[in-house]
Amino acid sequence: MPAVSKGDGMRGLAVFISDIRNCKSKEAEIKRINKELANIRSKFKGDKALDGYSKKKYVCKLLFIFLLGHDIDFGHMEAVNLLSSNRYTEKQIGYLFISVLVNSNSELIRLINNAIKNDLASRNPTFMGLALHCIANVGSREMAEAFAGEVPKILVAGDTMDSVKQSAALCLLRLYRTSPDLVPMGDWTSRVVHLLNDQHLGVVTAATSLITTLAQKNPEEFKTSVSLAVSRLSRIVTSASTDLQDYTYYFVPAPWLSVKLLRLLQCYPPPEDPAVRGRLTECLETILNKAQEPPKSKKVQHSNAKNAVLFEAISLIIHHDSEPNLLVRACNQLGQFLQHRETNLRYLALESMCTLASSEFSHEAVKTHIDTVINALKTERDVSVRQRAVDLLYAMCDRSNAQQIVAEMLSYLETADYSIREEIVLKVAILAEKYAVDYAWYVDTILNLIRIAGDYVSEEVWYRVIQIVINRDDVQGYAAKTVFEALQAPACHENLVKVGGYILGEFGNLIAGDPRSSPLVQFNLLHSKFHLCSVPTRALLLSTYIKFVNLFPEVKTTIQDVLRSDSQLKNADVELQQRAVEYLRLSTVASTDILATVLEEMPPFPERESSILAKLKKKKGPSTVTDLEDTKRERSVDVNGGPEPAPASTSAASTPSPSADLLGLGAAPAAPAGPPPSSGGGLLVDVFSDSASAVAPLAPGSEDNFARFVCKNNGVLFENQLLQIGLKSEFRQNLGRMFIFYGNKTSTQFLNFTPTLICPDDLQSRLNLQTKPVDPTVDGGAQVQQVVNIECVSDFTEAPVLNIQFRYGGTFQNVSVQLPITLNKFFQPTEMSSQDFFQRWKQLSNPQQEVQNIFKAKHPMDTEITKAKIIGFGSALLEEVDPNPANFVGAGIIHTKTTQIGCLLRLEPNLQAQMYRLTLRTSKETVSQRLCELLSQQF
Amino acid sequence: MQFMLLFSRQGKLRLQKWYVPLSDKEKKKITRELVQTVLARKPKMCSFLEWRDLKIVYKRYASLYFCCAIEDQDNELITLEIIHRYVELLDKYFGSVCELDIIFNFEKAYFILDEFLLGGEVQETSKKNVLKAIEQADLLQEKTENMYHSKSFIGCKKAY
Repeated sequence: MPAVSKGDGMRGLAVFISDIRNCKSKEAEIKRINKELANIRSKFKGDKALDGYSKKKYVCKLLFIFLLGHDIDFGHMEAVNLLSSNRYTEKQIGYLFISVLVNSNSELIRLINNAIKNDLASRNPTFMGLALHCIANVGSREMAEAFAGEVPKILVAGDTMDSVKQSAALCLLRLYRTSPDLVPMGDWTSRVVHLLNDQHLGVVTAATSLITTLAQKNPEEFKTSVSLAVSRLSRIVTSASTDLQDYTYYFVPAPWLSVKLLRLLQCYPPPEDPAVRGRLTECLETILNKAQEPPKSKKVQHSNAKNAVLFEAISLIIHHDSEPNLLVRACNQLGQFLQHRETNLRYLALESMCTLASSEFSHEAVKTHIDTVINALKTERDVSVRQRAVDLLYAMCDRSNAQQIVAEMLSYLETADYSIREEIVLKVAILAEKYAVDYAWYVDTILNLIRIAGDYVSEEVWYRVIQIVINRDDVQGYAAKTVFEALQAPACHENLVKVGGYILGEFGNLIAGDPRSSPLVQFNLLHSKFHLCSVPTRALLLSTYIKFVNLFPEVKTTIQDVLRSDSQLKNADVELQQRAVEYLRLSTVASTDILATVLEEMPPFPERESSILAKLKKKKGPSTVTDLEDTKRERSVDVNGGPEPAPASTSAASTPSPSADLLGLGAAPAAPAGPPPSSGGGLLVDVFSDSASAVAPLAPGSEDNFARFVCKNNGVLFENQLLQIGLKSEFRQNLGRMFIFYGNKTSTQFLNFTPTLICPDDLQSRLNLQTKPVDPTVDGGAQVQQVVNIECVSDFTEAPVLNIQFRYGGTFQNVSVQLPITLNKFFQPTEMSSQDFFQRWKQLSNPQQEVQNIFKAKHPMDTEITKAKIIGFGSALLEEVDPNPANFVGAGIIHTKTTQIGCLLRLEPNLQAQMYRLTLRTSKETVSQRLCELLSQQF
Repeated sequence: MQFMLLFSRQGKLRLQKWYVPLSDKEKKKITRELVQTVLARKPKMCSFLEWRDLKIVYKRYASLYFCCAIEDQDNELITLEIIHRYVELLDKYFGSVCELDIIFNFEKAYFILDEFLLGGEVQETSKKNVLKAIEQADLLQEKTENMYHSKSFIGCKKAY
């Protein structure tokens, strides 16, 4: 082996590097570099043609300067010239310069590609290697365009040298990653799979990476790789430690290849062939067994390599999630690592156990390690390990251990690193809510959070505690008492003042009977904090005061005095001033009745995904925010958009009051009812955003969502923290086409992404759905589209189900939603005169033909919205047909492949009773039935 | 693997290899941030950390830090051994390698890395095979260098 004399080839370079190193200051270094740049420039521009050696030397110097962090804007041409040199070292330096410095613009790309082409055709393995390395290093689209066809040929050609095959495989992998569309699939794919059988382990190692990436996107095409990978793996794990010669690393046979093979197998479900499956299970068992054997070497490399394979095997076991025995063994193994003296192993064990905790087979086994994990939280010296412990505690938490885990996290919070406090606060808040058996405990926990880490309690957390208290009347009295006591502390966090102010404003009356917390005491307590608070909190407190005026007439004058004081009425802050003025007027002008109506107790909030959970998800992975907001906007302008719960304003808006205009009540009541807008731009969006974001498959929200699509064709069907499904559809007569858009909201790829349309037996013969499979990989932030062609054969009642399965991170995701293809989509409107309508109405007077439903209005009874919904439903809206102008009538024809069914409908609103009567008459009983059901949900 | 960085205890970058397309500006920003983060860590801490949506695996050898960024599903321990194998390769090639070898022969460090890792994936794990490839290249280099030496020799003669 040659000693260190490699630099001698370019003495000038070595001298230059020494000079730079001897520079005493940054300025001296820059001066020296500029001198050198000027020198090189003049050489390159000089009349005398430079020989290859000098070119190489100068190009190398430029490279060095670039790597020091300086910009280089010349020398590219000289580097390209070096590529066509016959001298290996010149060519090599040329390629290095191109790999490091080339940008995809310029004329040069063509020249570079030419040189590469020549080298690839040279049949000189060393030159071919250099060319392939260059393509792999640059990996630009232009290179993919030029070589994506050629590289596969080199890869599978019979006479290609092993080392070139290895480079070709990884070069192709790089091109496929940058431009998958440019890499043509073809005959070569099946030959690539067989490289798993290659004699040369280096070739197998390189090929496995390529196959894994290709298999993620085209699982069907590479399915045969499973059995080949299993048998290869089996041969490796059962080989004696010296069998594989140079591929054995510190007594571990081919650890890199083993890890890669185990990764490849994670692209697929457990093998179906029992023989293959058995062999794989044996492999995994062997790997687990080996972990228990005494180490063959004390070197850390030995244990690292061995454990790398072990952890990958455990990932595969978790991925398959089908062998309880293996899962429990994996969990026990990780349990041992939790107490290992190597920090790295403890870290990885905590991380890996997190995914294990979500498997039903091993959740209980993970829970047995709770004490060790809690101990890690207390004793680990490295914050990143403690962070893993927090994650694991969060993952293993369930109803049985929630109180313990929450208590431990709270006590850790007191000393936790600032960098992870906010996340711990969110986690505690979520666990406390999710597993609260008794809501008093929940309220205590949140108040503790505010006490311990008030600065890290984000708005979402305190909004949430208020939502929960408002929705549960069993905890309201306790909450009022507890916040009242907490507020006694001489110094309390502003977040506590907010929660206290809000809760006492709503439920202070529940504790007012006790003279120790009489109305005046409550008011004085809150007002003692007033001047120390920020403007948004003061605004909230003013709202509390006006609520007090309503709740406790005895403190009215005290509060009016406060509102009347100059510091309020003439406050420099316009929001505070406005509130003071309006509340003061409200308290003097309005009668007690009006006051009671305006300041009525908050109605319950609609149930929906916890805003805190959303926030935690957001912290963990950025989502496509713009998309989200777009759809929100779309929803709010769409009249058919269905429920827009606006609990705060309904009570006020429907109260006619002579003083309303005077006071500008339209704006004001929102303030006392909801938390102050000035502090909560985010809150209002949050609280009033509709309940579409259901977490679980077919959760209540998704049914609402389904109903929303009855009268419209476009919008967001489903959304959780990972995935958004949007729809666009059009129907004509008995045919339709639906575009389904799957948006990946995370920054991580979804793998094995498979949406499936499921029609229940009966529906299959009635509704014809045709679609093509979508790309199994959805990149982070990307959206894929699927087209469904629809044919209605005969009338139907059920809806097809869209099931989506994919892998995200290490976990398997499974979501089902009803696809809103409903019978009314095949409506064609029919216009007719009043006379015609009633004539036909009478013709359809058979008792089976008519279906009637009387129901209570779920939404405000607005004529225009009702009209829009009937049109959206698909029938014609017939004006001046019904003698009663308040009624709505419609007519249309349902088109199916077999028949056409005429339909008439009549909707009679009763404003006083807030009821509707809906009557459907069609020639077919089932059609009347279904249409009536569908339309009744809409009002 | 998304990228590999070698830097000194003083925070000087000695080698950078990027396997994902990024602008120079981004590369500089990432380097700055990461060097700072890793240098701030204490000796006994674990070799892995979460950083943005990547996992960082690093190890210190004498005055040099070797630092790799891998993706969520990638294996941390095997990455640690990728680093070690690379160090072994440099060591074998230079004969107990030190930071200076990498500074003065940076191009060789790149060539060895390219034989070992390509496109961010392990290409060849056999030490013998990697070094064989580099040795062959050196043989070619020596041949050409001898030619230069004789050339300049002749040149000298002429000058006399």
